Amino acid sequence: MIPSMSRRKGKYTPRKAPDHKLATSAMIASLDAEGRSTIDAPFGHALTDLAKRREDIVGLSADLSKYTDLHVFANAHPDRFYQMGMAEALLMSAAAGLAREGFVPFATTYAVFASRRAYDFICMAIAEESLPVKICCALPGLTTGYGPSHQATEDLAIMRGMPNLTVIDPCDATEIAQATQAIADTPGPVYMRLLRGKVPDVLGEYGYRFELGKAKTIIDGSDVLFISTGFMTMRTLDAAAALARDNVSCGVLHVPTIKPLDTQTVLAEAQKGGRLVVTAENHSVTGGLGEAVAAALMRSGAFVPFRQIGLPDEFLDAGALPTLHDQYGLSVDSIVSRVKTWLED
Amino acid sequence: MSDGIENTGANVSLQRRAWAIRRNALRMGEVQGQGYIGQALGVADVLAVSFFHALRFRPQDPEWDGRDRFYLSIGHYAIALYAALIEAGVLPEDEIETYGMDDSRMPMSGMAAYTPGMEITGGSLGHGLGIAVGAGLGLKRKANPAFVYNMLSDGELGEGSTWEAVMSAVQWELDNLIAIVDFNNQQADGPTRAALATEPGTEAAKWEAFGWFAQEVDGNDLQALVRAFDAARAHPGPVPRVIICNTMMCKGVPFLETRDKTHFIRVEADEWAKALNHLDAEVPL
Repeated sequence: MIPSMSRRKGKYTPRKAPDHKLATSAMIASLDAEGRSTIDAPFGHALTDLAKRREDIVGLSADLSKYTDLHVFANAHPDRFYQMGMAEALLMSAAAGLAREGFVPFATTYAVFASRRAYDFICMAIAEESLPVKICCALPGLTTGYGPSHQATEDLAIMRGMPNLTVIDPCDATEIAQATQAIADTPGPVYMRLLRGKVPDVLGEYGYRFELGKAKTIIDGSDVLFISTGFMTMRTLDAAAALARDNVSCGVLHVPTIKPLDTQTVLAEAQKGGRLVVTAENHSVTGGLGEAVAAALMRSGAFVPFRQIGLPDEFLDAGALPTLHDQYGLSVDSIVSRVKTWLED
Repeated sequence: MSDGIENTGANVSLQRRAWAIRRNALRMGEVQGQGYIGQALGVADVLAVSFFHALRFRPQDPEWDGRDRFYLSIGHYAIALYAALIEAGVLPEDEIETYGMDDSRMPMSGMAAYTPGMEITGGSLGHGLGIAVGAGLGLKRKANPAFVYNMLSDGELGEGSTWEAVMSAVQWELDNLIAIVDFNNQQADGPTRAALATEPGTEAAKWEAFGWFAQEVDGNDLQALVRAFDAARAHPGPVPRVIICNTMMCKGVPFLETRDKTHFIRVEADEWAKALNHLDAEVPL
């Protein structure tokens, strides 16, 4: 009846041999570095540095400081760290209370808990009054093999629905650091996805710098335009390099700010040169970047060939992350093969 | 009478304040022909003691940083808080005529962005005490000696988030936090005690077990309320404080006191004036 149920409950039969082993603990999964240089705990270090300059910065966690890299801040500024316990409603409400008293709270937990469990508290205590609470969440989308309880595959869809909230999905370590500074400087509430642990550092070599609300071209290309967000921009850059070897020229437009969407840049790029537009995100195909871009195109009357790379509208399997990224289409190989197929259509 | 209130008329009795709050609320109800008047009449004595005995605030400067914060998480009690804010001089009396109207600063459910003196947006229940925990932490960070009060309802004790805040307030030793529970034993579908188990023990015993300094009083007894608020503020322990106020809905208007209690008490069109006449027949000094 439900196809995946039979496999989950049925007799164990390996899909293929050998399966990937869990390279790291699923709970503290770092993104596969893929041979790139990495930076350790970019969010934690950026917030620590920021707090040295700004007395109004405080940090809160709901029993996940070690798993959001907030422990770096907590160790450096113990008097400005608030452990709220395993209580996400309280985490958001208390952050609102601290913001009311003039502080700029960074509230951290996992993306599933902020988006699914604490929505009403973020909505009414924080967003309705545009309080400057910065909600920074680890394990966005499919960044753990732990299963649906920890895979926030629909957090962008949930958070995009909230008025006043800025929604950001940074790509790499340097962008996380730059965005941490930028969201502290912007007045309203923000939801930002985090990569934690050893985070690849990619965009610096392209001379990229994060600007809140701006989509930016990372590379140009004439056949395909990837419009990607989060770590999927790493993947689309790799896919572009692979496709170039087959004489397919791909551009990459990186869109770290999901809301408000940089509609002007997205529309201008999407309508430039008759390229196949392919959105790519570490998120369900429902309600994330892809649908935001599609809606912007439709509203403007633009008609361009459009394809979407994202997670299926399903509860995903548990397993090793590389396996799951292959299975659900986020891996470079999977992107390359689908783009080739689409170009042949 | 008060050690803190600034810039309001002195030498007005708490009986008179409570009477004025009830009267203001009834006038607002009359404007709309409806309103949460049962709650407003029931909680009027608690608000009178809050605003005219316990709280420090400046009516002309409702965002003065030295004020005691008053967080109303029960948004539908806005009619009662507006009535108190009018009596306190924070809101002008002539805005009573705008209650619940388009473009009014006094919407039916309390929202911070609309109304001077309405500190938080209530209505989604179970939020206020958690926000108060954050404010309590923030006040301590700033070494600001103000208290933060959160008025919540017995129905809100069913929200799990309230108990997250109850535990955290003890963890952080928030002796600047005073919760006021309006316990009228009435929520939307019927008696609170028939909805979620409040037994065993008294309500105060439950809060004490969580580590709070808890008092349970007759919430329509002004002198008992004064003693409870004084004790809550003066308690030497590094713990949060709660005053559970057992109130009677519709208190002060006998023909409404005896009416079948529901969350939204029905008042006929001609009864608003009748209720006001009853109050005006005996004006406290």
